[in-house]
Amino acid sequence: MSWNDATRRAVDARLAVAREPRFFAAREWQVLNRLCGRILPQPVDRPAVPIAALIDSKMRRMGDAGTRIEPMPWDGEAWRLALTALDGHGFMNLDDTDADALLTRMQHGALASDAWSRVPPALFFAKRLLPDIVEAYYGHPTAWSEIGFGGPASPRGYVRMDTNRRDPWEATEARDEPEAALRANRHVR
Amino acid sequence: MREYRLDDEVDFLIIGTGAGGGTLAGKLAEHGFSVIALDAGLYFRPLEDFASDETEQEKLYWLDRRVCDGADPLQMGGKNSGKAVGGSMVHFAMVSLRFRPEWFKSRSLLGYGADWPLDWREMWHYYRQAELALSISGPVSYPWGPKRPRYPYRAHEVNSAGRLLAKGAEALGMQWTETPLATVSAPRGKSPPCVYRGFCRFGCSTNAKQSTLNTWIPRAIAAGAEIRDLAMAGRIEVNDAGRATGVRFHRNGAWHFQRARNVVVSGYAIETPRLLLNSATPRHPHGLANSSGLVGKYLMTQSNQAVFGRMDDEVRWYKGPPSLTITEHWNYQDNKDFFGGYCWMAQGPLPIEWAFIQTGARGLWGEALRRDMMNYNHQVGLKMVGEVLPDTRNHVTLDDERDQYGLRIPRITFSWGENDKILIDHAIGQMTLSMQAIGAREIFAQREDANHLAGTARMGFSPETSVVNADCRSWDIANLWVCDGSVFPTTGGVNPSLTIQAIALRTADRIKAMAQHGEL
Repeated sequence: MSWNDATRRAVDARLAVAREPRFFAAREWQVLNRLCGRILPQPVDRPAVPIAALIDSKMRRMGDAGTRIEPMPWDGEAWRLALTALDGHGFMNLDDTDADALLTRMQHGALASDAWSRVPPALFFAKRLLPDIVEAYYGHPTAWSEIGFGGPASPRGYVRMDTNRRDPWEATEARDEPEAALRANRHVR
Repeated sequence: MREYRLDDEVDFLIIGTGAGGGTLAGKLAEHGFSVIALDAGLYFRPLEDFASDETEQEKLYWLDRRVCDGADPLQMGGKNSGKAVGGSMVHFAMVSLRFRPEWFKSRSLLGYGADWPLDWREMWHYYRQAELALSISGPVSYPWGPKRPRYPYRAHEVNSAGRLLAKGAEALGMQWTETPLATVSAPRGKSPPCVYRGFCRFGCSTNAKQSTLNTWIPRAIAAGAEIRDLAMAGRIEVNDAGRATGVRFHRNGAWHFQRARNVVVSGYAIETPRLLLNSATPRHPHGLANSSGLVGKYLMTQSNQAVFGRMDDEVRWYKGPPSLTITEHWNYQDNKDFFGGYCWMAQGPLPIEWAFIQTGARGLWGEALRRDMMNYNHQVGLKMVGEVLPDTRNHVTLDDERDQYGLRIPRITFSWGENDKILIDHAIGQMTLSMQAIGAREIFAQREDANHLAGTARMGFSPETSVVNADCRSWDIANLWVCDGSVFPTTGGVNPSLTIQAIALRTADRIKAMAQHGEL
């Protein structure tokens, strides 16, 4: 009742995304996977959202279209240049703390080398890197459940619009009483 | 649906089927003209084709190649483009507002921008026509501006996020109201009432939304017009007598030429100037209708900054249309130290958009981002739609790169002006006060965002200072017209779609009158 056929098709395709790279080269793929793990570290007690695979798929479909912000090239090429540039700073050999420090410097535009000439670090970080990674993650049902989003609701829709009201098929929050939440959520589907 | 042959010289060939072109196609066909409307996008069937999914529905946006530059490059996509029969109205947020009357004479009455060659009283008449055609759901009485009749359908139930806007406005001594929305609050024809699924900005999968796609397009077809989808216009042809003869368009893998007595460009503020510029000939070396040099100039957007915060209560802002309440307070107050006005509306960003705001405005990532996102159901926000002043530095030109059709792509140049920045600061300050008044915590501003476009083929009083006249007819080529948001001389502090429709309705009536007088 709450997921129409078009929604099911779209989400099914997302869940079935190829886990091997088709757009990125082997080394770029490794750097991308590490990068996605740092930007959105995922819990180990559930299957991970395949962020890198979703970005690979997106770049294969539309990596040379869309909007290009000067001086960056089209999205797919920009990603390749940025991953190579990041690799040039030894990103793959750093421990997590140092890798995050490197990414923070990238975010603030504090990285300099010829490899960044067409992908200014701060611009790429804000306009390509963060949007593509969070779009992949927060477009996945695992993330919808994580944040408590009620989810697709066509044609059923929502009924309880007021403050502190949830529709009967929406999960209640755990807050300080996880046992009570578990009981309340037993019939939620 | 009636289909014309390529060598049928139809009365009107309209390029684009959005708020301008779709509305015009419907009304011109009903006036008895033969009409073909081209659209580069698909003719979607909402019940079968529309998912409740932010990413899947990107198929509704114009994602062809574009280059953006300037001090504040625009972000092209869902907020300012559409590629589908019905145009961007297929995924618009349904906010249907009238201009403040003074904005049609903002140069004379308010001291900024440019006057429109239109009279607000005449526009008031066409606004009403548009509101009836879309069965707008809205309040019984609207708090601002000259009196208007009650809206055709009752206002929608207000969600938690909408109530929090109201609470904040009242604390600040401002009026607020239910936003007039183009989604029905009771059955209408084949449309069921809105079910509050909340994906309004990604296409309505139940047809409750009243967009061009399910109002004017069916009316156009019923009146004998042809809607030709997946047809990309590449060039308007002009003969030696200086008249447009038809349009070269790409469809089914080949270029074709459709003859027409009149050509109307309704591609919105980027594609309209792009097509006019791409149609340059030796006699029109700077593009068609461009003797003023103003085609592509005065590109405007609207400031779309926001303030967000967190409540202890559960808000669950994804339920219902995102902008259920509004305050136009600062559109109607003139005791301020900047030009132009703005309104703000309640917000309900879906997960991906909320993540974009978190990363874009706060630069969050890593564990900090993932943890913060878990407060999704407690977030609340206010977002402005603000007036940006026309500025010659902001424009659309042709780049040397080409798209999939082999056509030169547009280069879009934009920077905020000084007045724009002052207006934005004022709005952020006011919205912050409202958020504080409702007890929101961890308040932050989203300083970088823009949405609707306008300008680039402005209407005016003379061929030297404008591209088209009050009837949307180009000064240079008598049978070439522009009918969309690009004719706006100024953009006002409200969403533009209702004004675009009102202009299209007026243009259709003017064309009918001119035809009767032999003036076409």
